Amino acid sequence: MADGRSQVRRRAGVRLWLSAIWLLLLILLAIFAPHIAPKDPLEQDLFSGRLPPFWVHGADKSFLLGTDSLGRDVLSRIIFGTRIALAVAFISGTLTCIIGAGLGLLAGFYRGWVDVLVSRFIDIWMAFPPVLFSILLIAVIGPGLFSIILAIVVIDWTRFARVIRAEAMSQGAMDYVASARVAGRGKFGTMLREILPNVLPIIVVLLTLEMGIAVIVEAILSFVNLSISTDDPTWGGMISEGRTSIHQAWWVLVFPLITLFLTVLSFSQLGEGLKDRFDPVLR
Amino acid sequence: MNYLSIRNLSARVKGGGPLLRDVSLEVAAGEVRGLVGESGAGKSMIGKAILGILPKAVDITEGQILLDGTDLLSLPPAERRIRVGASCALIPQDPLTALNPSRRIGPQITDRLVHILGWTRSDAEARARALLGEVQINDPARVLRQYPHELSGGMRQRILIASAFAAEPKLIVADEPTTALDVTVQKQILKLIAGLQARHGTALVFVTHDLGVVSKVCQSLSVLYSGRVVEDTTVTDFFRAPKHPYSAALLAATPKYTDPSAGLKPVPDAVIAAVKAEVERG
Repeated sequence: MADGRSQVRRRAGVRLWLSAIWLLLLILLAIFAPHIAPKDPLEQDLFSGRLPPFWVHGADKSFLLGTDSLGRDVLSRIIFGTRIALAVAFISGTLTCIIGAGLGLLAGFYRGWVDVLVSRFIDIWMAFPPVLFSILLIAVIGPGLFSIILAIVVIDWTRFARVIRAEAMSQGAMDYVASARVAGRGKFGTMLREILPNVLPIIVVLLTLEMGIAVIVEAILSFVNLSISTDDPTWGGMISEGRTSIHQAWWVLVFPLITLFLTVLSFSQLGEGLKDRFDPVLR
Repeated sequence: MNYLSIRNLSARVKGGGPLLRDVSLEVAAGEVRGLVGESGAGKSMIGKAILGILPKAVDITEGQILLDGTDLLSLPPAERRIRVGASCALIPQDPLTALNPSRRIGPQITDRLVHILGWTRSDAEARARALLGEVQINDPARVLRQYPHELSGGMRQRILIASAFAAEPKLIVADEPTTALDVTVQKQILKLIAGLQARHGTALVFVTHDLGVVSKVCQSLSVLYSGRVVEDTTVTDFFRAPKHPYSAALLAATPKYTDPSAGLKPVPDAVIAAVKAEVERG
């Protein structure tokens, strides 16, 4: 069946390791932010506003990546912003995955009325404009970490459900499922033991992609001021603030942007690399 | 009382036409019965009905499937699954999709022994090793640790055969077990199935469209057309003198290697029309 895959020899190692190292670094930064950050991310000093990064003439060496218009240290704010970015990525990614993949698996393997119910629900759900929907949601329950996570989960579970449903359906038609049933395995057991391992590589890819997307969504919501309170440093908030002073102080915008970009890229590359590890044919 | 007896079984597609019409057949313990017919005749459906793996869209409208005297269709699903799991097995058609690609060979063979029959892991593994030896696989211990994609189609079919015989079932349904294999491998696999069947005394329902295969492994056969059994006979009688005109035409359509100039003889239209009318009439 899938034997063509065994012909593919990919060197996924470098990608996997680079992205894993970057994400690991971020996790450490998030955990030990107060010890690592050189300054207090909230401390303002109007006399040292818009200081450039260390290699530019006129920089203060104690502010490595410069300061924003209120004199807050950019590097420290990026480091503290990691906390919210990763919390959103991991929590909302995992929740989205569990809900979406679970429903998709049930719908795709059980078919019948379960499938009809889940599929129609997805169709209706996907007809809502997602950005409007999340803004509405946050307007109703108020901004904050919890609302962001909820908004991402509520909008993105359909992505998982759709893909996993289709995959579970095609796996369910394989003879090995019939063999397992004849061997006396129950329906639910068949789903967990026979189907799930075969859709796991796809779940992993979707999960890491979702984590990347969650980081972006959080940034977008910060950008439109619907995220965490403006005091807490977030990457999206920094990008949004930096935008207003892009001509005078480009570093306020560019450094959080680079961090964001590398993080989202790392999540997706990690997924690709892990998929190869999880797939017995590619392993 | 025969080990398997199907009585007046009818099935139809939900909201569609009939798939099986009043099918009756008997399989004695240790007997090999062939189910032959063209594509869509319902031969695989009968096998699936016995094992309880019919597609959801198919409804059994009436009839009984008696396994050792118990009507499987009247059992609650869970009980039926246990009963079938403990006494029946399947040799599937396509060895490439019949093994779970993400699990090692070993547990796929031993699962049934452990879960249904309550064997210990190590007993089950010893049994699996012995069976792989029986189907002429070298180095069974290594193969048990491998993944399906590391093995050839013929190897996988051997494993599936070993797996089917693992729990010493009383009845095995072989659903065109050689169709997906190339001709040289086909012959070995047939020999293997016939040998194991004879040694273990297992009843076998052999679904195939290949009359040559039937003549090699079966003792009796049912010829199906459009979901109805048009002839139920022994293999000797069938090849000597088929009673039904459709059977005769089917037999005549088998290419003769001894006389290549004869070419291929399709089943005549008149015979098809006649059998169609007969099947519809009931």
